[in-house]
Amino acid sequence: MPNMDPKKNPMPVQDPLVRARNFSEVALGYPEETAVIEAQRCLNCKNSPCVSGCPVNVRIPDFIAKIRERDYEGAYRVISESSSLPAVCGRVCPQETQCEAKCVRGIKGEPVGIGRLERFVADFHNANAKERAQAPAGNGRRVAIVGSGPSGLTCAGDLAKKGYSVTVFEALHTAGGVLVYGIPEFRLPKAIVAKEVETLKELGVDIETNVIIGKTLTIDELFDMGYEAVFVGSGAGLPNFMNIPGESLKGVYSANEFLTRSNLMKAYLEDPSTPIMKGGRVAVVGGGNVAMDAARTALRLGAEHVYIIYRRSMEELPARREEVEHAMEEGIDFRLLNNPVEILGYNNAEDPRDPMNGFVTGVRCIKMELGEPDERGRRRPVEIPGSEFELSVDAVVMAIGTSPNPLIKSTTEGLEVNRRGGIIVDEDGLTSRAGVYAGGDAVTGAATVISAMGAGKVAAKAIDRALCGEKAE
Amino acid sequence: MYRILRKKVLNPTVTQMEIEAPLVARKAKPGQFIILRVSEDGERIPLTVAGTDPEEGSVKIIFQVVGATTELLNHKNEGEYIQDFAGPLGVPTHTEGISKVCIVGGGVGCAIAMPVAQEFKRLGAEVTSIIGFRSRDLLILEDEFAACSDRLFVMTDDGSYGRHGNVTVPLKEMLEAGERFDMIITIGPLVMMKFVTLTAKPYGVPVTVSMNPIMIDGTGMCGGCRISLVRGGERITKFACVDGPDFDGYEIDFDEAMSRGRMYADFERRAREKACNLFKKEAEL
Repeated sequence: MPNMDPKKNPMPVQDPLVRARNFSEVALGYPEETAVIEAQRCLNCKNSPCVSGCPVNVRIPDFIAKIRERDYEGAYRVISESSSLPAVCGRVCPQETQCEAKCVRGIKGEPVGIGRLERFVADFHNANAKERAQAPAGNGRRVAIVGSGPSGLTCAGDLAKKGYSVTVFEALHTAGGVLVYGIPEFRLPKAIVAKEVETLKELGVDIETNVIIGKTLTIDELFDMGYEAVFVGSGAGLPNFMNIPGESLKGVYSANEFLTRSNLMKAYLEDPSTPIMKGGRVAVVGGGNVAMDAARTALRLGAEHVYIIYRRSMEELPARREEVEHAMEEGIDFRLLNNPVEILGYNNAEDPRDPMNGFVTGVRCIKMELGEPDERGRRRPVEIPGSEFELSVDAVVMAIGTSPNPLIKSTTEGLEVNRRGGIIVDEDGLTSRAGVYAGGDAVTGAATVISAMGAGKVAAKAIDRALCGEKAE
Repeated sequence: MYRILRKKVLNPTVTQMEIEAPLVARKAKPGQFIILRVSEDGERIPLTVAGTDPEEGSVKIIFQVVGATTELLNHKNEGEYIQDFAGPLGVPTHTEGISKVCIVGGGVGCAIAMPVAQEFKRLGAEVTSIIGFRSRDLLILEDEFAACSDRLFVMTDDGSYGRHGNVTVPLKEMLEAGERFDMIITIGPLVMMKFVTLTAKPYGVPVTVSMNPIMIDGTGMCGGCRISLVRGGERITKFACVDGPDFDGYEIDFDEAMSRGRMYADFERRAREKACNLFKKEAEL
């Protein structure tokens, strides 16, 4: 008999007031007994709608069945067939809009905690598995992957499992892409990313850091070197700014810069080699997951007060519900229906050498109301005349999206991009250049880890078909 | 890991190193830069390429000890390794259509100006170089500039060597005398580049400046290196790592760039002191 409890087993978390001041992981993971009890909530439906909700089609009821049997390694093997990064997905996937949104249990209660179970399985495996992943027999064919973020790692893993000789080129000094520079330690510990990368290396994937494709090597040179296909997963690019006065003041960061300093460069540690502003009052502009990460990072770096400034209302806020709830519990101050119009700075007119000159002192905002719906049906925010007010802050973090990186496009002849700079691909991830595939944020603009993984998976399949023809499954 | 093939002290605070990095050596052009980390968990810093030997697979860098990272780097010796070395980044200096050029370098900026001067010489342009230093003991690369310049002016602020005065003095004299250049390329402290630009302005000679803002990834991701240009009365944001480092001197908001460059001045000073103390302690042991 399935467990008919209408509610998910809650995820144990660190106390909000404690975690708001440390960088340890917020969610602690299910203990074994909780995982088994939660697994019993799955009805093992015949048509498994959850699987169709997963961008990489993990056979969800099958792995959950293995948990019920307490065969956790078996569960891990089921997930691994479809996903190269289970410990990552179990943590950062928006399950509530994907697999769990399709769960039949969700109709009359809460869906099965699929993400929590996936995380349990991956963590169990990482803590207990002795055997290393085995590299399959090689097929002698070489594929180059540009970027070691979620799409690149997924594409690399899938191709390595099929016997391809895969090299991943990473521009930064550490593999992982947004998983290491963007998503903070308290949401995705870097040791977990490193472990997943290690598993790929065991499968035979070669990772070359410090190679900037488009600069150090071009895509044409990769073909000259003997690679037969190239997958471009170079990620999102340069940060957007609002183009309001004061954005060049000292203390104004893009979210990419703020998070890179803290995550990749470990500025959150005591006595770091890379500086970051710690403490004070911080305003984060934007309402996505990146804005939540930046706000919660600022808090953990010692800020005394952190605002989220977002121009629409809570209903339109694009961040995951769970992240918003966590941020609120931790004391982030949400200023909704507000929009910055100017960032204010210190200027000592009498002493141009005053070291405080040019540092942020505040942000001037205007109140907004929701007007008529736009073409996408979202109600457009409209300024309320005369409603300006000032917030006193020491730093401002702009988390309002990115535009694709120009490096690869500008050095690859015949690679077509759309109006926004995203690489144009067909349903197989194939670009306008023969043998060149692309996926993830480089194609879509800023999106989720799992959709990037899905794109990496699609491209891996297409590359296999193109290179091995009928023999490919 | 990247091996230090050769190390040479150019003056008490400026060091030259040749690093084994074959892929970078094959590609780097004058005006481009690299990003390095000295050690695991170290800071990423940009340094302009001061020359390459593609056959040997080496890249020359010249740096001034200003913070903790350059202090650490300066303590590395020949045969030792640095953690990371990535590049070449940025757009190479534009050389097309320039047959008469004036290169104006200041301090350690001369290290960046040198390969640019050499490139113009190689392309057959007429090269006038003006290099300036605070005083004689900080002078670097005089012979190298002499070899690739049709005319060379060496200036010191205190008059201890060459001509007394700053780099704008001979520039102004030449422009005043009616001499014209297709391009003035200036590389050095922001305040120097600002005044070179102001000096050239009345004569309508185009000026290219090489910006060296604070960077982190250097690959067009973080946006920390943003620079404001004023073009046709409108402010536009550019990123030095992918759009630069060379920009039109007349468009740059120098005052803003100077202010942004000082954002972590306090942190850098303390970090440097700490690094120095660490090395002192090691020396005592």
